[in-house]
Amino acid sequence: MKTNSVVKQVMWNRLISVVEEQAQALIRTAFSTSVREAGDLSAGVYDAQGRMLAQAVTGTPGHVNAMAASVAHFIRRIGIDNMFEGDVYLTNDPWEGTGHLHDITVVSPSFVNGKLIGFFASTSHVVDIGGRGFGADAASVYEEGLYIPIMKLIDKGEVDQPFVHLLRGNVREPEQVVGDIFALVTCNGIGHKRLVEMMSEFGLSDLQEIAEFILHNSKQATLERIAVACQNRVKNEAVASMTIDGYDTPITLVARLSIEENKVLCDFAGSSNLDKKGINVPLVYTQAYACYALKCAIAPTVPNNAASLAPFEITAPKNCILNALHPAPVALRHVVGQLIPDTVYNALDQLLPKTVPAEGSSTLCNFQVSLRPSPELENKERACHGEVLTFNSGGAGARPTKDGLSATAFPSGVMTMPVEATEHAGPIIIWRKELRPDSGGLGKYRGGLGQYMEVGAMAGHEFDFQAMFDRVEHPARGRQGGGDGAATKIERSNGKVMRGKGKQFVPNGQRVMLAFPGGAGYGDVDKRDTDLIRQDFAKGYISKKAAIDQYGLSLDQVEKIEQALIKGELG
Amino acid sequence: MDDKQRIRLGVDIGGTFTDVVLEVPDQQSTRQYSSKVLTTYAAPENAIIDGMQQVCCKAGIIPSQIDQIIHGTTLATNALIERKGAKTALITTQGFRDVIEMRTESRFEQYDLNLTLPEPLLPRQRRYTVEERMGASGDVLIPLQRADVETVVKAIIEAGYESVAVGLLHSYLNDSHERLVREVLAEQAPEVMVSLSSEVSPQMREYERFNTVVANAYIKPLMKSYLSRLERRLRDEKVGCAVFLMHSGGGIISIESAAEFPVRLVESGPAGGAVFAANIAARYGLDKVLSFDMGGTTAKICLINKQTPKTSRVFEVARTYRFKKGSGMPISIPVIDMVEIGAGGGSLAHVDSMRQIRVGPESAGSEPGPACYNRGGEKPAVTDADLVLGKLDPNGFAGGSINLNIENANTALTVELGHKLNMDALTAAYGLVEVVDENMANAARVHAVENGEDLTEFTMIAFGGAAPLHAGRLCEKLGINRLLIPSGAGVGSAIGFLRASFSFEANRSVFMRLSEFDSCQVKLLFENLASEATEFVRDCDQNSTVLAEYKVYMRYSGQGWEIPVSLTEAQANEPHQETFKRLFETQYTALFGRPVDGMDIEITVWAVNATTPPDQVAKIGECTKGQLANVSAVRDLFEPALAEIKKAKVVNRHDMSNGDYVQGPAAITEEETTIIVPSSRLAIKQPDGCIYIVRQ
Repeated sequence: MKTNSVVKQVMWNRLISVVEEQAQALIRTAFSTSVREAGDLSAGVYDAQGRMLAQAVTGTPGHVNAMAASVAHFIRRIGIDNMFEGDVYLTNDPWEGTGHLHDITVVSPSFVNGKLIGFFASTSHVVDIGGRGFGADAASVYEEGLYIPIMKLIDKGEVDQPFVHLLRGNVREPEQVVGDIFALVTCNGIGHKRLVEMMSEFGLSDLQEIAEFILHNSKQATLERIAVACQNRVKNEAVASMTIDGYDTPITLVARLSIEENKVLCDFAGSSNLDKKGINVPLVYTQAYACYALKCAIAPTVPNNAASLAPFEITAPKNCILNALHPAPVALRHVVGQLIPDTVYNALDQLLPKTVPAEGSSTLCNFQVSLRPSPELENKERACHGEVLTFNSGGAGARPTKDGLSATAFPSGVMTMPVEATEHAGPIIIWRKELRPDSGGLGKYRGGLGQYMEVGAMAGHEFDFQAMFDRVEHPARGRQGGGDGAATKIERSNGKVMRGKGKQFVPNGQRVMLAFPGGAGYGDVDKRDTDLIRQDFAKGYISKKAAIDQYGLSLDQVEKIEQALIKGELG
Repeated sequence: MDDKQRIRLGVDIGGTFTDVVLEVPDQQSTRQYSSKVLTTYAAPENAIIDGMQQVCCKAGIIPSQIDQIIHGTTLATNALIERKGAKTALITTQGFRDVIEMRTESRFEQYDLNLTLPEPLLPRQRRYTVEERMGASGDVLIPLQRADVETVVKAIIEAGYESVAVGLLHSYLNDSHERLVREVLAEQAPEVMVSLSSEVSPQMREYERFNTVVANAYIKPLMKSYLSRLERRLRDEKVGCAVFLMHSGGGIISIESAAEFPVRLVESGPAGGAVFAANIAARYGLDKVLSFDMGGTTAKICLINKQTPKTSRVFEVARTYRFKKGSGMPISIPVIDMVEIGAGGGSLAHVDSMRQIRVGPESAGSEPGPACYNRGGEKPAVTDADLVLGKLDPNGFAGGSINLNIENANTALTVELGHKLNMDALTAAYGLVEVVDENMANAARVHAVENGEDLTEFTMIAFGGAAPLHAGRLCEKLGINRLLIPSGAGVGSAIGFLRASFSFEANRSVFMRLSEFDSCQVKLLFENLASEATEFVRDCDQNSTVLAEYKVYMRYSGQGWEIPVSLTEAQANEPHQETFKRLFETQYTALFGRPVDGMDIEITVWAVNATTPPDQVAKIGECTKGQLANVSAVRDLFEPALAEIKKAKVVNRHDMSNGDYVQGPAAITEEETTIIVPSSRLAIKQPDGCIYIVRQ
């Protein structure tokens, strides 16, 4: 009987369930919308050496490697001998946490019978961290907010009150920020409680044996998948690049990728230098998105842990935009970071054809508005202020055998907020939020559609619009003959074109008209199944003009569909 | 006449079987008869009539003597899963045509590059828009022009729709535009059925509300026609009594309400199961119960506090991707809150790329069934593993109607799992059941933590065909000390229907911060909700007392998740800001350890549940152990907790008298199933027929 193996399988499942519980507890108690509505958080369990054993699946590939690496930094900075039962540590160091000051990582050591057996760590995005506020406009990390080095928040059960006091004094929403930090403490505590129950049920005094089992199996499984990829690759090495909007000047990302027998190497030498504005990316975040992209394509079913991530070696030269060092500004590192997978896939497509999607909108189409009464507002009683952040997605790239997903986040996994909830958060009105026809790139498989939004304020209010978009000048490019996706468009309702990034004023009575980008197509459009073209036209994913001019339907075919639609015969 | 003197029939149409339970009052007690008939999909009423005749025959009565029929059905759920609804259109606010298609704009599976999202119930060409707009405080920003509605209605008539859903932004605050659309439709297309989002699901969050009203419209013609056919067939059988429907929230509504709001029938069968468990909990005076219902394809787990199943305002139906959260469609109606996972007797096992055994959600179903059924199934199912481990008697399954073939089970386990993992069939079976039990335990744990509960204080009540085989082990895994397995476990949902009260929950999304608490508005709001809910219940029962339960959903301003806070009638009628604050903080602390100082608190949803008083349950004292039960045989049984084979005592459930006990390892057999008692547990027969299994 191989009893041990069965019991260990059960324990591994249980550890994954423990971190899922940890993440749930965080969502239930969090304040920041990005955590509770959109899933911008992470949670994981580590062994005593700081190796990540399991991580909850949440909306944030960006935290994958960063989380895996962070506990090691805590061990190094605090020292094992200085760790005690009842301690809790924290940081928002962009380079030792998850890439910008708005992410707070909290680590709690787990002691069982007086012995340190592991750690729980969790991260969430807080509503404010002081400085200039959330945006790309800072020139260095010093302007982006309060920096919290790795330190003890709770020392043997004793909360560091002077620190909490200092924090409260430095952020715009002190109650919520402190509430969110204690939500992190609570969720680690729930993880610890479940872990202790599990250890007592299975008679464990430490995690070493189960850790070895998990790491060994994950490593084997990852290596097997890499070996398969190595066998299937059509050449040894590929280099690809992609140019994107940047802040004031375009940025080029370059990836050099090779698949070896037992590892995958990805280097970003040749990418643009640091940008002056806060769109630079610390290496941990680069590694996370590059590794996420590679894992999806090569080893998607292996859970994230120290061993399953190790074979993916991601490097970038110091102080290029993808390895920004202190004190570069990094607040909006996601705008560039979320475009890394497209760059990596451009290279991977040369090594493993028919595996990866075409380029997509990729960067989330997020914006923040700061609303206030305009001077001409007559009825002052209805005046109000508001800070509203929304998450939105354009179209994803078409796949080798499927159309791209419309208005769906990739590589990020976060959710949008309901319009009705957003309109309760301040005097904002979303006049439109729907699919953008003709925005998906042409192809045998069509790119996913982007979306239209129209944003205004309640009568008598004006606002600042903080744009965080890309793909205005550089739309998603098609693969294997597929067409490009439509570009981002942003203008005021009076027709004045707005910038894709940065804070911009919108006067009372005007709206911001947004067209978010589509994903690119895959393969030649001539090869697209006519039935799919007919359906696309019937559903209005493509216009009559596009159906005829670009997809090659005859006028007769199109009119037949129109007749059938009137009679309700399609669907 | 109260329920005690009525002859009542409970009918549950399930995926495979239609269960019928008849209760006939006697001088002292109530006699209960049950039958199981195969569900007749083409005309589901046929199975009901068959089953009804069978139980009437057993009871020696004629159908016309039946005083009341309570009915629950999976037909609504199936129509949504199989997309077999009516030709339906949606009329929505201009600019928001794609809400039900864009969903949450996220992927429910992060690592699958070839992920497919579920298609919306209505394709884009069936979604029409009108120019209009309500603001977030219910004020009209753009008035709806009647002429615009007429244009759309004309198109709808020309396209020949049977049913129309109306979902406009912020209509939960102001329904006047939705009503105008209905008015025009009624005038110009009276034959078209109409559903308004402000009536079906008056709650904030447009994706959930629109999807719910679309689902309602989509299944309305089908359910309306089924219910009227059923009434006709019953009349033909001379059954003149009223028919009521079980709804998703665990209460009963009139057949007219059901036809108007058929989406409320979704998952009514499992809701009946939860009511069944709640009734047993009341009998034993148990305040904390976990109900565990395991059938052929899925297992359902529900928390029952103080004899009331936990309820929720939104759930997901028709999950398309391994029961994964987010892969189905949200329905926001009052519902008994359950987790459902793809783990049943027929769930199939395989080995994944990590060399781990995975079980479900694919199921062998009834054809071909598990390998041991000997009907051509080649993959190992949970039942195969149960057989190989000695939990099932090959000759005594389903009352001896199916002979289980252990050789087939061994082969399937060896080929699919053993060869790949270098294990023998027994070890593979052990691995398989441990994985499926662990999956269920994990689902229960996560559900408990989402609700801030600690399962170790709970009693489990287990029913459904496969539950008694797995419940003991599940209790070991969850640290639950007490387990009850009721008699009649195979038709638990249908019995549950007969225990349910008439009830209806009315609710509204109205945002109010405690710092801006308006007691007049609150009073009025509760009054309106109470009269709306009470009216529904009055339709069902003219004479009974109607109780009102008041509940609000609250959170700290800035949080996204509300917690339910119950109010007494007095607290609702004389609302005070301080009372609300105190109740919220108490509840929050119970769930998450500590309140958050200095934050404003807000109320988001207001609900009043009107209900007839629950059945008076005769409490029974828990019976302590008396005589050693009569052991009919001894057989080998594999014990996962000990990882070894033990000699298990075999006891026939019907031979057990009150107080008879058996110490595990033991197998208590009966016609429908087998109860496995692990070595760590002791089983005692109770006066009401339950088997009480307690940790030693």
